[in-house]
Amino acid sequence: MSTTKSSKRRAAASATAADADAKAVASDNAASSPEERRALHRELLHSMLLQRRFEERTAEMYAIGRIGGFCHLYIGQEAVSTGFISLLRPDDYVITTYRDHGQALARGMTPRAIMAELFGRVDGCVGGKGGSMHLFDKSLGFLGGHGIVGGHIPIAAGVGFAIKYRGGDQVIVCFMGEAAVNNGAFHEALNMAALWKLPCLFVIENNRYGMGTAVERASAINDIYKRGASYDMPREMVDGQDVFAVRDAAERAIARARTESTPTLLEIRTYRFMGHSMSDAVSGTYRTKEELEQYLKRDPISLLRARMEADGDLTEDDWNAMDDEIKAVVQDSIDFAENSPEPPLEALMQDVLVDTTSD
Amino acid sequence: MPVITYREALNQALREEMARDDRVFLMGEEVAVYQGAYKVSKGLLQEFGEMRVVDTPITELGFAGVGVGAAMVGLRPIIEFMTWNFALLALDQVVNAAAKMLYMTSGQFNMPMVFRGPNGAALQLAAQHSQAWESWLAHIPGLKVVVPATPYDAKGLLKAAIRDDNPVCFLEGEMLYNTKGEVPEEEYVIPIGKAEVKREGDHVTLISHGKMVLTALQAADTLAKEGIRCEVLDLRTVRPMDVEAITASVRKTNRAVVVEEGWEVCGVGAQVVDYVQRTCFDYLDAPVLRVHQVDAPMPYAKNLEKAAKPDVPKTIAAVKQVLYLD
Ligand SMILES: Cc1ncc(C[n+]2csc(CCOP(=O)(O)OP(=O)(O)O)c2C)c(N)n1
Ligand SMILES: [Mg+2]
Repeated sequence: MSTTKSSKRRAAASATAADADAKAVASDNAASSPEERRALHRELLHSMLLQRRFEERTAEMYAIGRIGGFCHLYIGQEAVSTGFISLLRPDDYVITTYRDHGQALARGMTPRAIMAELFGRVDGCVGGKGGSMHLFDKSLGFLGGHGIVGGHIPIAAGVGFAIKYRGGDQVIVCFMGEAAVNNGAFHEALNMAALWKLPCLFVIENNRYGMGTAVERASAINDIYKRGASYDMPREMVDGQDVFAVRDAAERAIARARTESTPTLLEIRTYRFMGHSMSDAVSGTYRTKEELEQYLKRDPISLLRARMEADGDLTEDDWNAMDDEIKAVVQDSIDFAENSPEPPLEALMQDVLVDTTSD
Repeated sequence: MPVITYREALNQALREEMARDDRVFLMGEEVAVYQGAYKVSKGLLQEFGEMRVVDTPITELGFAGVGVGAAMVGLRPIIEFMTWNFALLALDQVVNAAAKMLYMTSGQFNMPMVFRGPNGAALQLAAQHSQAWESWLAHIPGLKVVVPATPYDAKGLLKAAIRDDNPVCFLEGEMLYNTKGEVPEEEYVIPIGKAEVKREGDHVTLISHGKMVLTALQAADTLAKEGIRCEVLDLRTVRPMDVEAITASVRKTNRAVVVEEGWEVCGVGAQVVDYVQRTCFDYLDAPVLRVHQVDAPMPYAKNLEKAAKPDVPKTIAAVKQVLYLD
C-alpha cells in the first residue's frame, strides 16, 4: 500500500482554503460533452445551494424558537458533502457527525424530512426522536447523525467490514471534524480499516476549529492527513472550497475502495462561516473577523458559480431561477414542518427494544 | 444426559448458532488463532474461517464499534471482551451507540448483536481485574443483560442472545467456566427475561444471579441441615428482570436476601429490593437484606480478598438475620 504521489496530489496539498486569490480552480473531472458538463455543474451547484439556503432558514427558525437543542450549521463546507456524495452509488453508505444537515441533503434526504425533524415533529426522518444531530435514513444508506466526537468512526469501519464480509463492492464515506483525529476511536478505527483493508473513506472536514480550539492548539501535527502514515494508508490533502478538487480526490479514493478494498484518509481544508453551533457567535473569541472575511472570499458556491459563468454555463437568470426554486423548496419544508404534528405520546416508549428474533 | 463444562456449553452455543446463520460472526482479542483467552471459542476458527472468527488488535472501543457498524447493515456480530473489565473502554459504543440506536432512529436500525465475556472477580487478580459489571449495564434502556449461572442456562441463553434482534450483554462467570452440569444433546433455547427457581423452599427466598447462585445454593444446603428451607431464585437475566417470579417467591416465603457479586450502592440488589417493597409490602415479615462485595476496590492479599467478597457464611448470616434467629 502506498500513498498517491501524482502531481495533482502535490498541487492539492499546497492549497489551503484561505488562498486569497479567489480563482476558480483548474481541475475538472466533469463529463465529456459540453452539455453533460453543464448538466453536471448545475447539479453540483443545485446541491450546494440547497444546503446553503436550507441552513440560512434553519438559523432563522432556531432564532424564533422553532428548533431547539444543539444545532450545528454546515455553511461554508458545502463543496465537501456535495463533492463526495455526488460520486456515490445508491447502495453506498454515508455516516457523519452531528453537523449533518448538509450531507443528508446531498444524499437526497428531503428538506421536508429534515426540517420536520429539526422542529421535533412526527414527519421528521426519525419521527422527532433525533433532532438536528441525529438524522438517519436507512433507504438512502444514510447511517447518521452521531453526537459523540469520534464515536462513529469505528462504526464506519464496521460497515466496511460488513461490505467485505459479504463480498460487495460498496464503499462507506465517513465524514468527521478535524478535532476527532485526536480521539482514540479515530486511531483504533483507522488501524483496523488499514489492517483489514476495508472499503472506507475517512474524510476529515478540517474547518480549522473544534468549537473554539484551533487545530494548531489541539493537534501535534498540523497537516492532519499525515496521520494516515501511521497506518500506511493512502492519504491526501484537498482544497475543500473547490468542489472539483474534492471530486477529483473522492474519485481516486472511491476507486481504491471499490476495486482494491483499500481505505483512504482525506484531509479536506475548509472553513465554517458560522459559529460552532447556534449558541456560538459567528466570529467568537477564538478567531478574528479579519480571518473570517479572508475565508469568505473563497465561498465554495461563489467559486463554482464564477467558474460556470466563465464557462458560459450559467447566466444571471439561470442563477436567479435556481435560487428562487430552491428558496421555494426550503419555504415548503418550513410550512410542512409547521403543519406536521408533534409525535404522539405513545412514541415515548416505542423503539426502546424490538420484540423480534432471527427465529 | 451429557455432563459438560460451562465453557463447552458456551462453545456449543456459538458453534450451533454460527452454523445456523451465516450473518453471525465472532470478533475479539485472541478468539481465533489462540482459540480464546478462556478457550470458549476453541475450534471455531478451523470450522468457520477467519472472516467469521476474527482476531482484533487490543482495541475494545474500536472493535465494539465495528460490531455496531456491522449490525447496522444486517450482520449479527458477537463481540467478545477478553473480560468485562476491559469493556469499560468500549462503553461509549455499548451505551451511546448500540443501546440507543433503535430509539434514536425511530426503529430504522436495530442492533442484533451480543457483547460477551467473563465478568466478576476470579482469584487474587486485584482491583482492576475483579469487578462485576451487571448493575452498570442494567441501568441502560435499550440493552438486555444476561448473567447465566449453569452450563445449561449458559448454552440456552447464549443461543437466545444471538438470535435476539436487540443488543444483549452476556456476562459469563470467570470462575464458572470449569463448572459442570447436564446439557441435553437436542437443541433448546431459554427465553431471555425469565428467572428460575433453582431450589424450592418456604422460609426465605435467596435472590441471586450468575456465580452467586452457586453461593446461594451452598448456603441453602448448609441451612437445610438446621431445618431452614431456602428458596433460591436465579434471576438469569437482570434486564429485563422477572418481577413476577420475584413477587411470587417472596409472597410465598415473606422474607428475602439478595446475593450479588458487585458493590452495594445502586447495585442489582437495590433494584430487586425496590420491586419487592412495591409488590410485597404487606407480605414481608422482615426487611430485605443484601449480601455483596464490601464498599472498596478488590484487594490482592488472600485474606483481604476473602473478606471483601460475598460468600456462603455472609449469606447464612443474612438469612438468619431475616429469620430473627441470631
Ligand atoms: C467525545 C466528545 N467530547 C466532546 C464533545 C463536545 N463537542 C461537540 S462538537 C465539539 C468540537 C468538534 O470539532 P470538530 O471535530 O472539528 O468538528 P466540527 O464541529 O468543527 O465540525 C466538541 C468538543 C462531544 N460531542 N463528544
Ligand atoms: Mg472542526
